[in-house]
Amino acid sequence: MPEIQMRNFTMNFGPQHPAAHGVLRLVLEMNGEVVERADPHIGLLHRGTEKFIENRPYLQSIPYFDRLDYCSMMMQEHGYVLAVEKLLGIEVPIRAQYIRVMFAELTRIMNHLLNLTTMALDVGAMTPLLWGFEEREKLMGFYEEVSGSRMHANYFRFGGVNRDLPAGLAERIDAWCDSFVHVFNDMDNLLTENRIFKQRTVDIGKFTVEQCLDWGFSGPMIRAAGVPWDLRKAQPYDCYDRMDFDIPVGKNGDCYDRYLVRMLEVRESLKIMKQCLREMPEGPIRPDDRKVTPPPRAEMKRSMESLIHHFKLYTEGVHVPNGEVYAAVESSKGEFGVYLVGDGTNRPYKCKIRSPGYAHLQALDALGKGHMLADVVAIIAAMDIVFGEIDR
Amino acid sequence: MGEPLLDAVLSILIIVGQILLIVVPLLLAVAYLTYAERKVIGAMQLRQGPMTVGPFGLLQPLADGAKLFLKETVIPATSNKVVFILAPMITFTLAMIGWAVIPMGAGLVISDINVGVLYLLAVSSLGVYGIIMAGWASNSRYAFLGALRSSAQMISYEISIGLIIVSVLICAGSLNLSTIVEAQRGLWYFIPHFPMFMLFLASILAETNRHPFDLPEDEATLVTGYNVEYSSMAFALFFLGEYANMILMSAIASILFLGGWLPPFDIAPLNWVPGPIWFILKICLVLFVFIWARATLPRYRYDQLMRLGWKVFLPLSLVWVVLTSGFLVAFDLLPN
Repeated sequence: MPEIQMRNFTMNFGPQHPAAHGVLRLVLEMNGEVVERADPHIGLLHRGTEKFIENRPYLQSIPYFDRLDYCSMMMQEHGYVLAVEKLLGIEVPIRAQYIRVMFAELTRIMNHLLNLTTMALDVGAMTPLLWGFEEREKLMGFYEEVSGSRMHANYFRFGGVNRDLPAGLAERIDAWCDSFVHVFNDMDNLLTENRIFKQRTVDIGKFTVEQCLDWGFSGPMIRAAGVPWDLRKAQPYDCYDRMDFDIPVGKNGDCYDRYLVRMLEVRESLKIMKQCLREMPEGPIRPDDRKVTPPPRAEMKRSMESLIHHFKLYTEGVHVPNGEVYAAVESSKGEFGVYLVGDGTNRPYKCKIRSPGYAHLQALDALGKGHMLADVVAIIAAMDIVFGEIDR
Repeated sequence: MGEPLLDAVLSILIIVGQILLIVVPLLLAVAYLTYAERKVIGAMQLRQGPMTVGPFGLLQPLADGAKLFLKETVIPATSNKVVFILAPMITFTLAMIGWAVIPMGAGLVISDINVGVLYLLAVSSLGVYGIIMAGWASNSRYAFLGALRSSAQMISYEISIGLIIVSVLICAGSLNLSTIVEAQRGLWYFIPHFPMFMLFLASILAETNRHPFDLPEDEATLVTGYNVEYSSMAFALFFLGEYANMILMSAIASILFLGGWLPPFDIAPLNWVPGPIWFILKICLVLFVFIWARATLPRYRYDQLMRLGWKVFLPLSLVWVVLTSGFLVAFDLLPN
């Protein structure tokens, strides 16, 4: 009898797939419903961001950072402006620090609302998505109020932020924080203790602490495994050292713990936002350094020097001294780092971006092996991948 | 001359008339079930649902139908064309013919056969053919996996449905649906058989591939599963079939457990309402459960679904059959 060749069932998951969270192309080798090998193909959204940045004045690169992880826009601006500030050696006024921290946390809530609800959608619960997006729309409204744009804000600047908060925004954000808690509790009730949801996520995609460290995990992915690693505490930037918040930590490192960590992080972010609103002092929002900050319009009408500064800033841009720097922020997905080499000109010599999602996605095969097809979807969802930052 | 011919024509006309009498209202009900589903889920999700076509979006189902009708039918080049086209027809037809034995009221039934329950079980078991043929003929991996899941699921849950029905049959002493309803005068079966009623509701969710058991068309993993290659009217037939099946299963649930066309209490204002109205109200109640489950619950995984079917539903319903028959024999309550 001739030997029969058994071949695994190969399935092309994506790039046009509702659960691929963007343009992930996943080649799955399956034995029935069980995944034997998961092979993520990336690069379908590659735009050459890092190279773009090396060819533009520093200021013009900020919008590129919005477009990396298009779910947590301002956090990445934050990473970039921190890097440039380090190179320039400038101080950020305290009010601007508060504004930046508040908007970074607002962005975290925005991102987690998207991720948690789409994770629920991926395991089949569709109602949280619509509840969450209602609130997310309001957050985008706050984005629009400060920056004029609902998504790609382009709001942070070297040494501060572009504009001060418009009148009444602080009160509106405060009121939103109070009303959001109720919606969030409803979401919590619908999902967290749901038996089907737990069956779909508990013990799925489990990673130990060692594995997480080996694969370069960060953010909620590593905190779910039980490592209280958070850059906001470990190396506080801006005014995070004044903030009073806790780092939620999981125990098992499975999809359910990742979900729980994110749920709790939303509550912690709300706490930080409230504290920022409470303690935010009055004052300038950008340093009084004409080599970095454009002069006010009124001053330009009177002072020749200001006019020159303005002209130089908007034609040549900021000149950044020689040196290299790595600045990292705790973005909603993990450690988002920017490595810059300045060569004294108005554009970086080299820019390298460390995106957390890239490190997470490479573990997909290790996480998904032996699980079923539907579990891979849950794993991808709990990973919180966004292709803007992975492909760059 | 002409007498037998006239008779034959007349009887065929009567049959056609009866078919139309069932199918036309049923299709309308299906159309408005989709509307109701979207409205109810919309309300649960803090939005309005369809609002633009007609007042309160009431014409939306018709617009959807017209859209599907006017679309081009795409038949994949690699598919098995005959089976591909046959599959939606089978699904649709089977969803329709089940209605032949459903009594809408006392005596209001097209064919009052003595094995109505068996007939319904047979029809719903055949339903899996449409799906597995669609999945196989599409020659697409998503569709194929969807079809595999679906056939496994429908077979598993039919067994527990069968056993649940047996408990009811023992009490009613008949396979005739009208007799089963009449036997519930005074006490609807969902009261003594409450656990079975719950299991039955869950099983019909699984049987009709609805949330939280809608694995065959699992959007997140299989991109709607077995009907992924279908478009236009072929897709519409699957869709109509699925929703008609939902209504059929709700009708069966109300006949077996909720007293069919009987009013809740046989007292003055309630028994003035005609039987069919009660029947329709009960169907709507069960359909609401379908929609409610869809809006709130996540989806089971394939193996969990199987485990639930074989290791929980099957033993429970088996135990209940034994308990029921034991009780009836012990207290000499067996119907003749």
